[in-house]
Amino acid sequence: MPITINDTPHDLPDDPRVSLLDFLRSHAGLTGTKKGCDHGQCGACTVLVNGVRINSCLSLAVTHDGDEVTTIEGLGSPVSPSEMQQAFLRHDGFQCGYCTPGQICSATAMLKEIAAGWPSDATDDLEASPKLTGEEIRERMSGNLCRCGAYANIVAAIRDVAGENA
Amino acid sequence: MSVHCKQDAPDERNVLDSTKQGVLGEPLERPEGLLKVTGTATYAAEFDAESCLEGVLVTLPVVRGTITSIDRESVLQMPGVVAVITDERLTGRAAQGMAGEAPFQPAQQVCYWGQPVALVVAESFEEARDAAKHLSVECNADEGDAPLDPDTVEAEQRKPTKNGDLAHAMTQAAHSVDATFTTDGHASAAMEPHAAMAQWDGQSLTVHASLQMLKFNRAELADSLNLKEKQVRLIAPYVGGGFGSKLGISQETVGASLAAMKLGKPVRVVMSRQQVFQTIMRRSETTQRVRLAADSEGRLTGFGHEARVSNLPGEEFAEPVLQSSQFLYGGDNRLLQLEVARIHRMTAGSVRAPGEAVGVQTVEQAMDMLAEKAGIDPVELRLRNIPERHPAKDKPYSSRKLAECLREGASAFGWKDGPRKPRHTREGEWWIGSGVASAARIHAVVEAKARVTLRPDGTALVETDMTDIGTGTYAILGQVAGEMLGLSLDDVEVRLGDTDMPPGSGSGGSFGASSCGSAVFLACEGLRDTLAEKLGIEASDLSLKDGFALWENEKKSIAEVLDGKAIEEIGHFEPGKSTEDYAVASFGAFFAEVAVNHWTGETRVRRMTGAFGFGRVLNARTARSQCLGGMTWCIGNALTESLLFDPTDGHLANCDLAEYHVPVHRDVPDLEVVLLEERDAAASPIQAKGVGELGLCGGAGAIANAIYDACGARVFAYPMTPDRVLAAMPDK
Ligand code: FES
Ligand code: FES
Repeated sequence: MPITINDTPHDLPDDPRVSLLDFLRSHAGLTGTKKGCDHGQCGACTVLVNGVRINSCLSLAVTHDGDEVTTIEGLGSPVSPSEMQQAFLRHDGFQCGYCTPGQICSATAMLKEIAAGWPSDATDDLEASPKLTGEEIRERMSGNLCRCGAYANIVAAIRDVAGENA
Repeated sequence: MSVHCKQDAPDERNVLDSTKQGVLGEPLERPEGLLKVTGTATYAAEFDAESCLEGVLVTLPVVRGTITSIDRESVLQMPGVVAVITDERLTGRAAQGMAGEAPFQPAQQVCYWGQPVALVVAESFEEARDAAKHLSVECNADEGDAPLDPDTVEAEQRKPTKNGDLAHAMTQAAHSVDATFTTDGHASAAMEPHAAMAQWDGQSLTVHASLQMLKFNRAELADSLNLKEKQVRLIAPYVGGGFGSKLGISQETVGASLAAMKLGKPVRVVMSRQQVFQTIMRRSETTQRVRLAADSEGRLTGFGHEARVSNLPGEEFAEPVLQSSQFLYGGDNRLLQLEVARIHRMTAGSVRAPGEAVGVQTVEQAMDMLAEKAGIDPVELRLRNIPERHPAKDKPYSSRKLAECLREGASAFGWKDGPRKPRHTREGEWWIGSGVASAARIHAVVEAKARVTLRPDGTALVETDMTDIGTGTYAILGQVAGEMLGLSLDDVEVRLGDTDMPPGSGSGGSFGASSCGSAVFLACEGLRDTLAEKLGIEASDLSLKDGFALWENEKKSIAEVLDGKAIEEIGHFEPGKSTEDYAVASFGAFFAEVAVNHWTGETRVRRMTGAFGFGRVLNARTARSQCLGGMTWCIGNALTESLLFDPTDGHLANCDLAEYHVPVHRDVPDLEVVLLEERDAAASPIQAKGVGELGLCGGAGAIANAIYDACGARVFAYPMTPDRVLAAMPDK
């Protein structure tokens, strides 16, 4: 089975060394997903695989046979940006923009994780559903580095999307 | 046509305060933002080129030596491998900012551990990476006595600043402080690794590269390759952060270019994160002695700041630690002395706010110690020591918001004044305290050109090779033009990052906005003159707003005035005497609240306020973001960032983002920014200074002072990691 990226099927690469990240950027022509470290240390390459966020640099493309991948291009476009993309724009949640696709993919999936009740290091009561506090958001987003230092605005953008609860 | 201005005197006209559009300074969204949030902005490695080859740099684990042979055959048979580039023109180091000439060549002469020495080119990245690992390189190593430790070599002294007799002032002082601090090295760690994609058509070279200063970079690359400048075109519309690391060209750009020229095909080279850490630029570690002598009222009578930094042999750059110490505080008896130790660690160069990023925070800790000795509130002590005139050069300040920043920052933060005693508040395991520090950063402007065209439909186009490295250039240049030409930001198109366009200043030293903004301003002044001429009126009688020309009681659309013909001007700004006749700088104040764990020594920054005055604010949103970025860097600088070099072979041990700790989301609390509007007529024709670095100049000192206020640990080494805090924690 091929891999599906943003609803379009692609054949997997012949070379088993190709990471999912390089596959997206070099083979599928989707350069919105960024490479910041290639070692799972920065989050710039975050994409959604079957709805769950992963670092695409840490995963080989050939292991994604049959998977559904959503990249930043799949979340929205300049003509119809997603809610999270618009919030980042409104709150200036970026500067150079290089970590931004990863932050946005990560944030989009992260809110679903909180809604699904997944706990984090910032969760006090593991039995109760986690609250959408600033501390929860910061902890869960800590895998996405931003050297420009746009964190304060990123958190504001995420809270904006999360609405009242945050 | 072109409008030129070499600014020899302050420009008090404040033209931008009499224009009518009202777009300048507004907190508008970045015009390129939509591309960035949707992943459609294209960075250096992301341009499409048919049959582009991939190159991977080969580095050597040797401190010093000479390459004797490279066995190309060892990899040429591997699948996909196309070439091994060992050209003598390969560069071994990155160029320093504004060098404008080739950096160190040839790469075959190795001066530090991890220096790139060759480039392997293959059909795919995976093939090139594999082959690069297998390339066999013979090196005649000469490592035995290569000095690696800055503290054990004799240092070169730079010219000191000496006034009066500091030693004597120290003996006469009612209160004095004599303290020695250390700061560890820092990495820029821009999120986009250094990357270049080069194409050669037999005559000329086109390179998409991740660079901050294209005018200089073009000269550096041409010189490196023995080409003429006009044979080289650089393109960088988006740059994924720079922070000094992309001021000069580095090895991937030269390597990709040489390979493209040799092979006649496009070649892309992207450094690995480890290569970026090991070969680009480090901020030097520093050892700093600060001496303060004061009278019984806490007024400084003596000020001393001496610093030792390091660099490779042959490098002119020395971390300018004392830069703001020249003018921040008074004291008639002064001694400022910088020295450079020559060691074989990777090149030291500019990392965001070179100098002040490590030089202000130590002075600010010493000021805190003085406040305690003198029994004076730390904010008040600073207010008392703001000098009338430049203390060493006896010239006036152009404009300075330091006192206002201290006062308004204190009030926004909720600073409790009065003398302080540590350990006043405890919450469970955590000691809570607060601290203050002043901010200061020198001002610079650099020659810049920009072309502005008014198109027949009445919209405008701004063109310059200036870059936007996250700083907001697209927005602010559009806003300057919009303000001058009476257009909304939507009606101004800004094109950046291409050496085919007029050369701007480049992004560096916080001078991009004021320098290029002034070039755009000048071009627009010329366009306003032309419009007035077409209407047969004086330029001073012309107002432009919302696409219309207004004069007396008349009104005509700009498009109508143009009558189907575009008009254009090139603005050419040059720094002149105005920045020499005055002490020109940006100032501010930081306030931080921290919690320090009594048992582990861990420090958490709980909140931080920064108040800044940096001339005219061109876009309140992007300016605030620059300040937020700087303050975030303060947290890393204070608590976690440290380059760790192996003492036996000088290699950088923590050469990635897992081991070199930049602040992450959870390290950064809500940050408050107070912008104090100011007009600095001597700074630039648009009365603006810079803000990209100010937010990092001193704030780590506020955190250090807050740690002391919280738990009584006075830590003299940055970063203040838990072990260091714990070791300084008093028993009781
Ligand atoms: S590129 Fe994948 S985590 Fe950094
Ligand atoms: S916006 Fe530049 S790294 Fe986050």
